[in-house]
Amino acid sequence: MLPTRGFLGRRVSSEDAARLPPGQYKESGFPVLSAGPTPRIDLADWKFTLKIGPRPVKSWTWSQFNALPLTKMHRDIHCVTKWSKFDTNWAGVTVDAILADAGLSAPPTPFLLAHSFDGYSTNVPLKDLTGEQAMVATTYEDCPITGDHGGPARLFVPHLYFWKSAKWVNGLQFTERDEPGFWELRGYHIYGDPWKEQRFTGD
Amino acid sequence: MSDSAQAPARLVWQQAAVERVVSATPSVKSFFLRVPEWHGFRAGQHVDVRLTAPDDYQAERSYSIGSAPEDDLVELVIERLAEGEVSGFFHEVVQPGDAIEMRGPIGGHFVWGAGEGGPILLVGGGSGVVPLMSILRHRMNAAPQVPATLIYSVRHFDDVIFRDELFRRVETDPNFRQWLTLTRETADHPLVRSGRVDGALVAEALAGFGGKPPIRTYVCGSNAFVDTASRLLLDMGLSFPSIRTERYGGDPARDPAAPGPVAEG
Repeated sequence: MLPTRGFLGRRVSSEDAARLPPGQYKESGFPVLSAGPTPRIDLADWKFTLKIGPRPVKSWTWSQFNALPLTKMHRDIHCVTKWSKFDTNWAGVTVDAILADAGLSAPPTPFLLAHSFDGYSTNVPLKDLTGEQAMVATTYEDCPITGDHGGPARLFVPHLYFWKSAKWVNGLQFTERDEPGFWELRGYHIYGDPWKEQRFTGD
Repeated sequence: MSDSAQAPARLVWQQAAVERVVSATPSVKSFFLRVPEWHGFRAGQHVDVRLTAPDDYQAERSYSIGSAPEDDLVELVIERLAEGEVSGFFHEVVQPGDAIEMRGPIGGHFVWGAGEGGPILLVGGGSGVVPLMSILRHRMNAAPQVPATLIYSVRHFDDVIFRDELFRRVETDPNFRQWLTLTRETADHPLVRSGRVDGALVAEALAGFGGKPPIRTYVCGSNAFVDTASRLLLDMGLSFPSIRTERYGGDPARDPAAPGPVAEG
C-alpha cells in the first residue's frame, strides 16, 4: 500500500500493538453503540430461553439464571467500529453451563442465533460459544451491567467483534444452518474474526 | 425489522481523490471525494477511511457521508477532535489533489430512502447531524413532499454545520421544519432557541406534524445525547422500533468515528 501523503500517525507501545487486531486503536473509555434506544427491562420480566429451532428447551427467570455457576473472564474486546479495549472484567454464566443445566449433553446442531429483547439477533457457531470461550454476562467490573452496555445480561464472545456479544440477550437458539443475524444481514461479516479483519461481507 | 439486506458485494479498498475541502465551522471541514468504484449508497450510510504511514503503520476510522446519493462527489464531514490522530490529519494536512484510501458504503440500518415515505423526524446533536443531512438532501431530491422535521442541538451558533443551507431550506421548503437549539449560548436569532433538547421542545416538534406522527425517527450524536433524546421520544409515545440510533464510536477525547459507525459495542 502506498503511504498517505503527510501521514505519520501515532504509535502505541509494541506491547499494545501486539494486542491490537489490524485496523483497531486502543480505547480507554467504553463507547456505546446500538441500533436503537436502550430497552427498559424489568428484572421481574426477564427470561432467558434456550431453543432448538422453534422448540423451547428450557427457560430461566432472573433468579434461576443467577443460581447457575458464575464464571469470571478477563479479556480484551474489539468493536468493529475500530476501538479495542484492553483488560475488561466480566462475570456470568458460560454457555457450557447453560447447555449443561438444560440437559443438552449432545448439541443438536453446530450453529446458534442469539436473540435480544429489542429484536436484535446475531449468529455464532457452537464451537465459538463452548469450551469456556463465551458466556451470558451479568456483571462488568464487578457491577451489574448498565442498560446502555446491554444489561441486565449480554452475550460475551470476546474473541469475535463485539457486535456478536449481543446486548439485552434473552435467548439462544440452535439453528440447522448458520443463519445471519441483524448486522450480518446488513453487510457485516458472517463470522467476524477481528484478527482476520472480517468486518464486512466477503472480508 | 423492515429494512433488510441488499445483496452486499465485497467492499474493496480504493483510492478516492480529494477534489475540494471546505471549512464548515471552526472545527468541522467537508472533504469532497471522487470515488472511482462507487455504485451509490443509501442516505445515512458511512465509509471507512484508512491512512498509511511510510513504515506501513495504518489507522482506520469511519466517517458519515453528508452528501445525497444523487450527488456527484461523496462529502465526508469531519470534526476535528482534540488529540484526534485521524481527524487532526484531515484538518491539518489533507488538501485537494490528495488521494485517500477508503471503502464503503457501510451500514444498512440507519438509512432512509424515498420509497420508505414519511413523515420523518431527524434528531441530531453536534456533528451527529451529518448523516441526517444526507437524508434531508436525498428527500429534497427524491421526495420533497415527505414531511420532515429536524431537531438539531449544538453548542454555539458558530458550530452549526450546514447553517446557510438549513436556513435556506426552512424558508423555501413548506414540508420541512427545524428546531435548532444552542446549549452553550443564548440565541440571537429568531429561528434559534437556547437550552438542551427537552420534553417541551420534542412535544412542540411532534405537534408540528399535525396529528400524523413520524413513521421513523433517526437520532444521531454522542451517547449521552442519543440516550436522552431517545428516552424523550419514547416518553412521547413514539414506538421503540420506529427509532433508529447512531452513536459516536469512541471516546470523544480520542478519535471517534465522528459520527458514523454502526454495529454493537
